Amino acid sequence: MRAPRIFLAAIAAAGLFALPASVRAADDHAPAHAPIKIPEQKWSFDGIFGTPDLASAQRGFQVYSEVCSACHSMRQLHYRDLTGIGFTPEQVKAIASNFTVPQGTDDAGAPKEGPATPANMFRSPFPNDKAARAANNGALPPDLSLIVNAREGEANYIYGLLTGYAEPPAGFKMQAGMSYNKMFEGHQIAMPKPLNDGQIAYIDGTPTSVDQMARDVTTFLTWAANPEMAERKAMGVRVILFLGLLAGVTYAVKRKIWADVH
Amino acid sequence: MAGLHKSEVTNPVLNWIDQRLPIVTMLQKEYGVFPTPRNFNYFWNFGALAMVTLMGMIVTGIFLAMNYQPNANLAFDSVQHIMRDVEYGWLIRYVHQNGASMFFIVTYIHIYRGLYYGSYKAPRELLWILGVVILLLMMATAFMGYVLPWGQMSYWGATVITNLFSAFPVVGKYIVTLLWGGFSVDQPTLNRFFALHYLLPFVLVGVIFLHIAALHIVGSNNPLGIDPKGPQDTLPFHPYYTVKDSVGICVFLMVWAAFVFFAPNFLGDPNNFIEANPLQTPADIVPEWYFLPYYAILRSVPNKLLGVCLMFGSLLVLLVLPWLDTSRVRSCRFRPTYKWLLWLWVLSFIVLGVCGAHKPEGVWVVLSRLATLYYFAHFLVITPILGKLERPLPLPESITQAVTGRPLENH
Ligand code: HEC
Ligand code: HEM
Repeated sequence: MRAPRIFLAAIAAAGLFALPASVRAADDHAPAHAPIKIPEQKWSFDGIFGTPDLASAQRGFQVYSEVCSACHSMRQLHYRDLTGIGFTPEQVKAIASNFTVPQGTDDAGAPKEGPATPANMFRSPFPNDKAARAANNGALPPDLSLIVNAREGEANYIYGLLTGYAEPPAGFKMQAGMSYNKMFEGHQIAMPKPLNDGQIAYIDGTPTSVDQMARDVTTFLTWAANPEMAERKAMGVRVILFLGLLAGVTYAVKRKIWADVH
Repeated sequence: MAGLHKSEVTNPVLNWIDQRLPIVTMLQKEYGVFPTPRNFNYFWNFGALAMVTLMGMIVTGIFLAMNYQPNANLAFDSVQHIMRDVEYGWLIRYVHQNGASMFFIVTYIHIYRGLYYGSYKAPRELLWILGVVILLLMMATAFMGYVLPWGQMSYWGATVITNLFSAFPVVGKYIVTLLWGGFSVDQPTLNRFFALHYLLPFVLVGVIFLHIAALHIVGSNNPLGIDPKGPQDTLPFHPYYTVKDSVGICVFLMVWAAFVFFAPNFLGDPNNFIEANPLQTPADIVPEWYFLPYYAILRSVPNKLLGVCLMFGSLLVLLVLPWLDTSRVRSCRFRPTYKWLLWLWVLSFIVLGVCGAHKPEGVWVVLSRLATLYYFAHFLVITPILGKLERPLPLPESITQAVTGRPLENH
């Protein structure tokens, strides 16, 4: 009786954790010669109750708009989504109107542009991938809507990448137009160092160090990839509590019903 | 004989129906008073858990299908549309996505339960075979489902796995073209996989119905592996096992919910957040965790055809297990040697899973070969031979005697 239970726990544990954990381990070591360690940071959205810090996400949106959006699209987002990081509908309207986006065609059938409304998708910097490559030395700046989820190490990696620019070690051969980055696989990245101290002025006056901007934009991108996170975790706590209670009651009933069976 | 069924149902409406179509009588017989061994442990929950998972998958799947676009240009964005714009779309999708993993965890444990307690032996051979068919259908369903979000791993996983069929001589090429509906994984592939992904779960429902019908003919096995000798050895299914299954279902739903709400992407692959790109192969193509053991078997040998045969063989061998096992004792509780060798088999399965997550190089090749060897040797060599050599422990006289320590009252 006892042995099977213990082993059940063992298989379940192995099935649940060992296999996927090893998948991740395998990926971490993808370049077998030089595994890159991604340092862990503390984030507002860590853990069961953590959700993205809204002030930080709003600053991060400013970093994206003023810096990253020159090269990177965020095709999955609409301006209306920005209410999710605490902007009011009026603020969203004002923000959207700063951007010029395609607005269908005019009466003569020619493509038309105009100020964005909250219903519009985020403006993309390039009309297509080819144009994006042409402007970036042949490299494609990936869409950032899901980038946090699309990289091993998630937020820690994005932060590490943005703060990981350095002089190449002596003897490291760099190709023309590439930058050295400690976090990037192969250490040569086609994205020039995007953040520099004091590069922009935050609306809320927070000093714009590279570290601060990297944190803020990573928080924004984490929200952008998981806009449901706050709602999801809050609902999760309630669902688990409810199920726990239900399990307890059901177990009590079970004990009672089985009491007469020896 | 024509005429109305004699129904004992008292509610007049139900009675009227039951006289014409005795479903109430049937439910009462199969799930109400159905005599069930009194000594089940919690391993016997897993069939019910699999049913719950399947129903969850069908319900969430139908709602996903209402918003999903099986079109290579739109599929990826339509999944994001579900995640971002559809009311509670994220919930529906995360339940479905993690539900696939839950389904496999539950089913693997359910199968293992059958192996440990000898539930595949006479008279339950057909019940077991139907179970293996269910496993195969589940795998096909999950494989095609994983292609639908049209991420990088969807695309490249589909390419690698469908390409396996090309290993078969002569017909291989044609099978692959047929699967693809063209000359690479593309729009026609996605479209037919969606159609089949919608269809197969309902085929599963049919096979599961047969699985349970067969169970209700031969009756349940139990942890002792001995047949009930009379009413004192059984309990009516309701309320004893309905309530015991309910406890298990609550705990299971908590595990499922923990993944959905707190770690929805833990079991997924980051590459699937990147839209499929036929021009860019990911550094390492790995299937979902539940396929890793089979993937390791496939890659453990240098010859593609042999690898494919071993991979399918590792599943098909289960079909003949009832005839490979020569021991007349069902439960491992009374098989002191076989018990440990079965654990060794479980270990080999887990080792294969770990190997499947690593590139087949160095120590991983050696390990996956050893584990593959044991996986097959266990069924094909050890099980038939040990059944003849092993001296089983004495079986208890009856379930009641074993559970209560009392000899049978009517003896
Ligand atoms: C001058 C154009 C430019 C700007 C501005 C820019 N990027 Fe990039 N980015 C690129 C290019 C080009 C790549 C592709 C690099 C490569 O593949 O080598 C890239 C790649 C990335 C990647 C993916 C790295 C990987 O692991 O593949 C991330 C994340 C990223 N950028 C984030 C940002 C953020 C955040 C900002 C704003 C702070 C930003 N970028 C600003 C051009 C830019
Ligand atoms: C045996 C039960 C089922 C299994 C094991 C299963 C498995 C899967 C898997 C693994 C995915 C990919 C999830 C992801 O990574 O996003 C998926 C997606 C999908 N499934 Fe199922 N499924 C089942 C039943 C169904 C049913 C019955 C339907 C429809 C009636 C359905 C509709 C869909 C749709 C539309 C998608 C694409 C959306 C998405 O990727 O989330 N599924 N399924």
